[in-house]
Amino acid sequence: MNLFCIGLSHHTANVATREQFAGNATAESIARQAGCAETLVLTTCNRVEVYAVSDKRISTDEIARCLMAQTNRNPHNYAPPFYRYEDNKCVQHLFRVASGLDSMVVGESEIFGQAKKAYESARTSGAVGPYLHRLFQRAFRVAKQVRTHTDIARGAVSVGSVAVELAQRIFGKLSECKVLVLGAGETSERTTRALVSRGVIDLRVSNRSLDRARELAHTVSGRAVPFDDWVAQCREIDILLTSTASDMPLLTAQILAPMLWERVDRPLFIIDIAVPRNVDPSVNDLEGVYLYDIDSIRSVAEQSLALRRQQVAAAEAIIADHVTEFVDSISRGLNRLSRAAEHPSLGENPLRASEL
Amino acid sequence: MDRYFLIASTFCFLAAVVHTVIELRAKVFRPMRFNFFAIALGFIFQTAFLWIRGQELGRCPITNLFEVFAFLAWSVALVYMLVGPAYRLSLMGAFTAPLVLLLQGFALIAPIDTRRSTTIPANSWLEFHASMSLVAYGVFALACIAGVMYLLQERQLKTHHLHSIFYHLPPLTNLFAVITRLLWWGFALYTVGIVSGFFTGHPLPRVQVVAAIALWLLYAAILQARHLKWLAPKRVAALCIIGFSAALALLWGITFTAELHRVP
Repeated sequence: MNLFCIGLSHHTANVATREQFAGNATAESIARQAGCAETLVLTTCNRVEVYAVSDKRISTDEIARCLMAQTNRNPHNYAPPFYRYEDNKCVQHLFRVASGLDSMVVGESEIFGQAKKAYESARTSGAVGPYLHRLFQRAFRVAKQVRTHTDIARGAVSVGSVAVELAQRIFGKLSECKVLVLGAGETSERTTRALVSRGVIDLRVSNRSLDRARELAHTVSGRAVPFDDWVAQCREIDILLTSTASDMPLLTAQILAPMLWERVDRPLFIIDIAVPRNVDPSVNDLEGVYLYDIDSIRSVAEQSLALRRQQVAAAEAIIADHVTEFVDSISRGLNRLSRAAEHPSLGENPLRASEL
Repeated sequence: MDRYFLIASTFCFLAAVVHTVIELRAKVFRPMRFNFFAIALGFIFQTAFLWIRGQELGRCPITNLFEVFAFLAWSVALVYMLVGPAYRLSLMGAFTAPLVLLLQGFALIAPIDTRRSTTIPANSWLEFHASMSLVAYGVFALACIAGVMYLLQERQLKTHHLHSIFYHLPPLTNLFAVITRLLWWGFALYTVGIVSGFFTGHPLPRVQVVAAIALWLLYAAILQARHLKWLAPKRVAALCIIGFSAALALLWGITFTAELHRVP
């Protein structure tokens, strides 16, 4: 049995090259055309990979040809960006991919769901057999272990997720937080959606154009607040998200300080993603106020990424253990399989038996 | 013989501290099950020590500074066992273990385990007063630990420099809620402890009484200011640390003067 992975990713090919190979072939069609016993195709925005098991050696060109079946181009033009991993290297690569170590943003968890989806799709079509079944089940287990036992997935790396992470570190549950969104731009909409996805219910939207405020409020199930009233809202709210196009700071320490007396035991988290900034930096000096502008949010994202990179060695060690254990268990299974073939009286497929 | 139990207990807390330091250095924090079990085991050894010593003395084992520190360390561990898992405060064990280690380490190293040559008859009111006050100190110690955690988290949020520990500390509002509850519990127990002191039937040194009432007033003032929203959470957290430091100083003073006066 020959286990291999052939693919291309953001490490080896740009998006223009990747899109030539994405979505053109299914696991079933590759299994049929290339003559593989088992096949699985993992396609994401950052990678196109084929995991396969075959009795004979199948060339990289052959798989490349299958992946670009709908076009008339010469696969040799594309062979260089393809990588190929075999046997335990293939196992290690899949474990790294599923754990988010090979992702553009190290530790991101989306790849885990995408790999599960790819596996389900291939399983439904019958392209996955006992070998890939065991391999992928183990990969999912490894990915979970890596996330649990290291800080690889800790910390947020986008504006929306940083805002949510910080809000959770201040308030805990966000369902009881009152949020005011000042300015109804695209970034504030994305950030608002991130907050809503984590349980925020009480949302108020204020904008110079009340119609636009109503529009965003409707989209996120909030309510519109006239622009003249937004300052008074600071007495009640817990989170303020600002992104207006104002040239001058809209909120200063002089405006906010008197309101803080009425809310001394409640922190106020301000996310100012506007450039120029809507909130004067001196506001951060006020007690109980946590002000993050776009630079400090980026800085937090970079710190999170640095933290994740520090965890790579610990994650690699977990993966290495699992690769050795998995390869050993498969070798034992294959030995039993060959013994069973020599002695048909043993009957049962040992790989399938161990899988069950 | 009984000291061996306290030594074993101290090693358990030392293991929790070493484990935390290793994880801090590796910048990897896993769910602190190890800390909880190490503290739980340490607590069992502490209990064994206090029980054996109590059997020997025929009374609550708080007759000298060594026993008082051991009892206080036991109170801290007890309150942690009750509070930590109940409020799901991650990393609280990591902060509790060093404090207990310090208290017990000091008790074991310093020459303060002075046994009395004669058996002193027990006074149940005095024992109740002392043990209740020490448990209250244990609650104040936990409030102090939660205060340290609050200030650490608050500082990181304010300065925008987030260390890996940031993602493992509880949210600010949860910590503040726990600080408030602990202050109320500690205050209630301490009040009972002080009031029971007046039923001992022995004249108490005036300095002790004044200092104990001053500490009671300090915690009453913190709680009143918190209730009336005069103090920001950060200041309440800082006052918890000051309050517990004052409580430790008072405890030292009380035990020292008690040694001088030999009040049974």
